[in-house]
Amino acid sequence: MAYYDWFFDGLGLRTWCDGAEKTGSMSMAELMAKAKGTSVETPWWDVPFPSLDNLHKACGSIARSVDMTSGVEEAFLYIKGGLKAVLDPITEPLSWLLDGSLALFVGMPWWLLIPILLAGTYYASRNVGVTIFVAISFLFLAFIDHYSYSIETLSIIFVCTVLCILLGVPIGIAMSKNDTLQRMTIPVLDMLQTLPAFVYLIPLIFLFSVTESKLYGIAIIMYAIVPVIRLTDLGIRLVDKDVIEAADAFGMTNRQKLFGVEIPLAMPNIMAGVNQTIMMALATVVIASLVSAPGLGTLVLRGIRNLELGVGLVSGFGIVLLAVILDRVSKASLARINTTQRG
Amino acid sequence: MTDKKLKVVIRDLYKIFGPDPESVLDHARNGMSKTDLLEQHGHVLGLRDINVDMADGEITVIMGLSGSGKSTLIRHLNRLIDPTGGEILVDGTDVLAFSEEKLRELRQLTMSMVFQKFALLPHRSIVQNAGMAPRVRGESDAEADAEAQKWLDRVGLGGYENHYPHQLSGGMQQRVGIARALTSNSPIMLMDEAFSALDPLIRTDMQDLLLELQKDLHKTIIFITHDLDEALKLADHLVILKDGAIVQQGEPQHILLNPNDPYIEDFVSDINRARVLKVRSIMAPLGSANRDNTFGEVDGDSTLEGVIAQSGGDTTHNYLVVKDGEPIGVLDMKDLVRALVPRTASEQGIRGQASAA
Repeated sequence: MAYYDWFFDGLGLRTWCDGAEKTGSMSMAELMAKAKGTSVETPWWDVPFPSLDNLHKACGSIARSVDMTSGVEEAFLYIKGGLKAVLDPITEPLSWLLDGSLALFVGMPWWLLIPILLAGTYYASRNVGVTIFVAISFLFLAFIDHYSYSIETLSIIFVCTVLCILLGVPIGIAMSKNDTLQRMTIPVLDMLQTLPAFVYLIPLIFLFSVTESKLYGIAIIMYAIVPVIRLTDLGIRLVDKDVIEAADAFGMTNRQKLFGVEIPLAMPNIMAGVNQTIMMALATVVIASLVSAPGLGTLVLRGIRNLELGVGLVSGFGIVLLAVILDRVSKASLARINTTQRG
Repeated sequence: MTDKKLKVVIRDLYKIFGPDPESVLDHARNGMSKTDLLEQHGHVLGLRDINVDMADGEITVIMGLSGSGKSTLIRHLNRLIDPTGGEILVDGTDVLAFSEEKLRELRQLTMSMVFQKFALLPHRSIVQNAGMAPRVRGESDAEADAEAQKWLDRVGLGGYENHYPHQLSGGMQQRVGIARALTSNSPIMLMDEAFSALDPLIRTDMQDLLLELQKDLHKTIIFITHDLDEALKLADHLVILKDGAIVQQGEPQHILLNPNDPYIEDFVSDINRARVLKVRSIMAPLGSANRDNTFGEVDGDSTLEGVIAQSGGDTTHNYLVVKDGEPIGVLDMKDLVRALVPRTASEQGIRGQASAA
């Protein structure tokens, strides 16, 4: 009947094959074949690849690919309990942070928050032009009633970026000091960066409830932490060897060397990493609206779901504006560090 | 030489680079050549059987071409590089036995270093750079700045303390490097090709500055250079390195007049002897010479060029050589001319081989 019958007959495995009862649902193809009840000689150019499904046709004891994927699912569900017991308490503060920051940002009246944001912008960038640009952008967003959405998005990005820096910079420093750690970490970083954000979301949905804010927090951090780790590692490795030698020759301790020489000299690279991290957090926060992340992303989602073209376009423009603001402010502060450090 | 206190002593020092240096140390000790060691065992011989005594308060110059191991050697003294075999004694204590903690103390208190590429901290002001050593030791900013300011004034950089390194020229940056080393108040100063990156005029300035400082400070200075003129100008004790081994060491004037190796003759043939040789090196001792009809007095430490200028080119006179007002010998101008006869580059030297090839 099936092409690979000869293989199992030849090996004398027929009894083993037929011994297994067919379990699980039948695929559409199987049903069709059964309905037709035909058995045509397979021409040689149509020889099927010996995949799980094709072998299963000849031998019932071999699992189908459907069984394989459901096996993976069962395995994940099996370890889910333990994983959740460990991860839930660890990640709980992330929910508090995200919710707390959201409540703070949204709860603050606009006439207080906008000046605070502008003061922060000026303090970080020391650039009047950038500050004026940020002021105009916020007033515009507020004018078209996208203010609270933008602030929600900003609040999420703020929390996630701070956590990325707090976690990523130490990891980057450790990588720069230890070649083995670097070799082991780089493939993980590559994977985190190439996996589509949607793929993180699926197991996360199973682990935590969709209503918990840490769900999108984790997804954003996993995606956005990569550049700050990479560029911290790179920046510290690129610090002038002569200067490090001088620090050694004057008897600096490792601690003095790290905080007095290596981190300050790596600062331009670390800041470039922070800039990239902010941009990636913004990119993910839109996708994360699929799992209840508030902000401009929900409007984009509404645009897609209800085919409301105008809503989608305007909120998309709002995201671009936010991206430009964040990029300009972080680049301006990077430039400021560069001039005070190297000239 | 023997009556002076030895500050740094290097004994039987070997350095081999490679995956397992210890395993081939015995081959190197038994005299296997650098090329054989590389071909048969895959290890690079960095330093071979180095023995140097560095006297307190003197400038020891280690000279050699690039690749001769001189920068490797100076980094052994403060253990930026650890040796494969041998010992290094500083004030009689073996620094190789030092723990991490003791080693840091040695670097903070006993040895300071000046680098070829200056190696200043770009994000710190000049006065903060110069005050690096006291800050590393944990002294207060005020103390560090005061000490740094004193030495910055001393090297002629008063008024630049609030600038940043990139705002200064190369020569000025190296003055900061020297001030930084002086601010640590360490008795020993290591100078790794400190003036090699500077242009010739500035370099001469810096050499004069160093000699002037040394007149008051009497530090033990270990100076690395590839420039023989610089070596002869600065050295109290000259060590010539080639392929990681010492070819000749001693008083520079002595080496100049008695080179014992074709390699050194190559070097020596190139220099302006009149500017380097000193009167005391070629004078006749007091007893043997006729000191009745001396034409005038010259200082024992003046160069032959100075005497030629003083004599106006007249070779018929004799001069009484004095040091600190005491006569110590007699200089015949004819001897002076004879000492100036250039040595030709040796056939067996590098250049002889190069022209034959």
